[in-house]
Amino acid sequence: MSERIVWRRAMNERIVLRLARPYLRRLIGAGLLAAATEFAGLALMATATWLLMTAAGQPPLDRLTVAIVAVRALAVSRGVLRYTERLAGHDAVLRLITDVRARVFATLATRRGDPPRSGDALSRLVSDVDAVQDLLLRVLVPAAAAGLVSVLAVGLTALVSLPAALALAVGLLVAAVALPALATALTRRAGAEVAPLRGALATDAVDLTHGAADLAAFGATSDALAAAGRRARRLARLERRLAALGFAVDAAGVLVAGLTAGAVVYVALGADVDGVLVGVLAVGTLAAVEIALALVGAARQWTGLRSGLARVAHLLAPGDASSETPRDSVSAPAVAPAPSVRFEAVTVRYRVGAAAALDGVDLELPPGRRVAVVGPSGAGKSTLAAVLTGAVSPTAGRVTLNGRDVSAYPSQELPYLVGGLLAEAYVFHATVRDNMLLGSPNADEDALLTAATAAGLADWVRAQPDGWDTVVGEEGGQLSGGQRQRLALARALLAAPGVLVLDEPTEGLDPTAADQVLASALAATVGHSVLLITHRLSGLAELDEIVVLDAGRVVQRGRHAALVATPGWYREQWVLQQAAEHGYLALSG
Amino acid sequence: MNRRPFDPRLLRRVPAARRDLALLALLGVLAAGLVVAQATALAVLLATAFTGQLDRAALVGLLATVAARSLVVWAQGAVSARVAATVKAALRADLLGAVAQHGPGWVAGQRAGQLATLAGRGLDALDAYFTGYLPQLVLSVTVPVAVLGRVLFADWSSALIIALTLPLIPIFGALLGWQAQAATERQWRRLSLLGGHFLDMVAGLPTLRAFGRARAQTDAVRRMADGHRIATMKTLRIAFLSALVLELVATLSVALVAVPVGIRLLGGGLALQTALLVLLLTPEAYLPLRAAGSRFHASMEGLTALDEALTLSGSAPPAPAGRASAQPDGPAEIRFESVTVAYERTTALRDVTLTIRPGERIAIIGPSGAGKSTLLNLLLGFVRPTDGRVTVGGIDLTEIDLDSWRRQVAWVPQRAHLFAASLADNIRLGTTDATPAALSAAVHAAALDEVVATLPDGLDTLLGERGYGLSSGQRQRVALARAFLRDAPVVLLDEPTARLDAAAEAVVLSATRSLVASRTALLVAHRPALLTDVDRILRVEDGRVTELTPVPAGERP
Repeated sequence: MSERIVWRRAMNERIVLRLARPYLRRLIGAGLLAAATEFAGLALMATATWLLMTAAGQPPLDRLTVAIVAVRALAVSRGVLRYTERLAGHDAVLRLITDVRARVFATLATRRGDPPRSGDALSRLVSDVDAVQDLLLRVLVPAAAAGLVSVLAVGLTALVSLPAALALAVGLLVAAVALPALATALTRRAGAEVAPLRGALATDAVDLTHGAADLAAFGATSDALAAAGRRARRLARLERRLAALGFAVDAAGVLVAGLTAGAVVYVALGADVDGVLVGVLAVGTLAAVEIALALVGAARQWTGLRSGLARVAHLLAPGDASSETPRDSVSAPAVAPAPSVRFEAVTVRYRVGAAAALDGVDLELPPGRRVAVVGPSGAGKSTLAAVLTGAVSPTAGRVTLNGRDVSAYPSQELPYLVGGLLAEAYVFHATVRDNMLLGSPNADEDALLTAATAAGLADWVRAQPDGWDTVVGEEGGQLSGGQRQRLALARALLAAPGVLVLDEPTEGLDPTAADQVLASALAATVGHSVLLITHRLSGLAELDEIVVLDAGRVVQRGRHAALVATPGWYREQWVLQQAAEHGYLALSG
Repeated sequence: MNRRPFDPRLLRRVPAARRDLALLALLGVLAAGLVVAQATALAVLLATAFTGQLDRAALVGLLATVAARSLVVWAQGAVSARVAATVKAALRADLLGAVAQHGPGWVAGQRAGQLATLAGRGLDALDAYFTGYLPQLVLSVTVPVAVLGRVLFADWSSALIIALTLPLIPIFGALLGWQAQAATERQWRRLSLLGGHFLDMVAGLPTLRAFGRARAQTDAVRRMADGHRIATMKTLRIAFLSALVLELVATLSVALVAVPVGIRLLGGGLALQTALLVLLLTPEAYLPLRAAGSRFHASMEGLTALDEALTLSGSAPPAPAGRASAQPDGPAEIRFESVTVAYERTTALRDVTLTIRPGERIAIIGPSGAGKSTLLNLLLGFVRPTDGRVTVGGIDLTEIDLDSWRRQVAWVPQRAHLFAASLADNIRLGTTDATPAALSAAVHAAALDEVVATLPDGLDTLLGERGYGLSSGQRQRVALARAFLRDAPVVLLDEPTARLDAAAEAVVLSATRSLVASRTALLVAHRPALLTDVDRILRVEDGRVTELTPVPAGERP
């Protein structure tokens, strides 16, 4: 492995470590403390050996006093040094992690692309950031300490006997360079061999659990089970083989320590070194090689961290992250003026060659007009909202606000013109008040109450002991699905952007509650521009226009009464929904 | 939660690991013996070196013990890794087997996620436990005993001091709380996982953006991460302090042994070789105990996974039904007799009585969550009645061999699972012996041919987790093709044309009609078009089933 390749490979580490610059002094301090800790341990054993072997010559006690004091001091200081080193190291690294988190968040916030959505990608992002922490605490600091102690040990040995120092240096090189390199190579190879099989097994597990019903219904369970069992056994065989190889490195470490000590004794005696010092060198050598062997563990750790570090580095790499410092958004205008919205033959294709999610859609939304978009799932309703809010750019056609293209608006300004309750509205682990104030930071208590009442949330808030200051659990965990939806709706109503987009505002509510909430929410928006997206057809009678989407195309449009009277998707759906919810059915017109 | 360092259930449930675990214990004894042997050889070597001479026998002895120790270290690693691999494979098989035994009803919902994670990557956490902690745990017993024995043999007064101070480590450990330390470390992990709401903020980034708050929150992220750092340092200070106390206890104990040895040596009352042996061995007695303690927290994740796996796979399956040899063959009447199905929190069906005659096509409508799917799940045997019974041809369904009954049923679920296999294999689920002609007929009948044409490898395209994703509508047609290929007398369909656009729906509708023709069919309908060709329409609301009689529009209430 040439040095250049190593250097280039360590690129990601360098990008990450550039962030460590403000804390360099703290980190160096921690590294020195770690080295001092290890050295104190080494010196303790060496001094104690000197003490005993000198005592065997039965000298006067005062010849030993200094050594006795030194042993006591070293014994206590090793513990104290370790304590301070761990505190200093963790403090420095946690400060750095604070920076990394802020930087990663700022990068994600300024980037136009989508942030990770799935729980898996999210938790990976968090553990990737933690990889930076482990890189410093478990790889760099211990490695630096081991290197420093090794150099020191060789230097001190050289003062006693050059040949012995040479023997020690060879042993340390094997322990601190060759074995870690070997461990890295083996760990990487093992990872490359095991990873695909582990992935396949994870897929098997998903298939057998999430597909359990399908397998059972079609009598295919036992076959799938047998296949997964075979794969698990194959993985086990591979793991056994790789472990036998990997632990050979640890075995070699033990061997190196013993051989080096033996060699040092042999060489020192040959060089006529004083007997007491031979003992000191032997015990010191064992301790020094032991310390250097910590690098094997550090190397393994590093190998495991690399993919995470690469992802963080990629995220933070200059050029990818816009260097502009995040600014505060412009303060919200007191009342957002409703813009006039026009969709002109808007087509959206997510992939080249794929079916269009939206196909030549025209829509007009002058100020104060309220429009509903309905249609089967997958018809393009949410894409319509995404185009309007600028999250998705049209492949063809354009969307304008007051005659100006949506993409021409700065990203800080757009949310005050168009927004509201979008698909996958997120409820934060914060108070109800903070969650609601997100889009309207300066709203007063009255506005809060009005919005919550319209969304049907006010009674629940009143019933909570902490009222508005009730903390919503992780991902809105302590709220039921319905309350979460109401909270998101209340937040959207409070934000009151120029055009209020409501994407499935009553999802997760039972039909009766859904009707009530929709009615009160619509009542609160009289006079505002509203784009309502829904798959339920109840309560749409008072809207100015209803647009029926199917496969990205507008197939019907008009007011509720007219649509119910015309054969087509809307009337069919209306009839069945009435039948399902109210128990009567009119199959013929 | 199980906090014991070793779960005895393991021996019972994974007998294959017993021999290796015994071997691991034996290696622990061997390793302890070699620690003692190495120290003895080194003491002899150095005591002779004191006089300026090289004791060749001692040097060879030292190198031999080192070589043997190196072999034992390798064997400990290899054997413990073998145990880990064996246990993981066995537990994986057990866990997935439990899924098959308990049936899909048991797996549904959150448990599916837990099981999939555990059987997949979750159990890999056991590696750290078996290769890192367990050998150390063995050493923490064998090494102190061996050291004590050797020192007792060499110098009984030193052995006495070691014997008296050694228990201080576990005592102080318990006092300071290894457990508390482990808990703190775990909390620290959890805290850092939450990352001061970092995760929360990133997850909610689209919402923050939608309200124009994304940039403003960067400061908040920094503030919270900083607060998190201060809180974390507080807990770490305590954890590190307890480690410091343990280290000082060990160091002072070593000093207690070393000081009298030095004084006696100075007075000529002790041989140098013995003194060196005591000095070299005493620290070894305290080390493994502390090492095991500090590694405990690192293996917590593995222990938790082990506990979860043993508990989940060990829970007894429902009492196996008496297998009736009687098998309703041919078209049989299906009856629900006052069936009630209660789940943990809700009652899905209440006192439902219903007769489905052979060849009858029945549509079911009702609001979502009313219990429509539960009706189908009862017939599939996924759910058992809490009260009442379901009979097929007069025989209670719980007494019929489910596999042979299911062979007469084709099911089109609301959301079919796509397996990580080829499209063809996905369609041939349970009918692996289907001929290519039958397969292509099913593909055609389910209007899947146009989908096949767009796939890179046609029917051989890999689907599922690592394969090609299909849209919901295409997935639905795969499920229909499965049902066509199965060619069963009873068909259960759960909203078969949901998530299809109008054009695809028309195609699938006619496919569905031909599927249900001349079969007994129960179909959960969500479109009026599905209601036209059925014999009866049932309405499910709030767990009750009522017959729906169509009324002309003019007479609507």
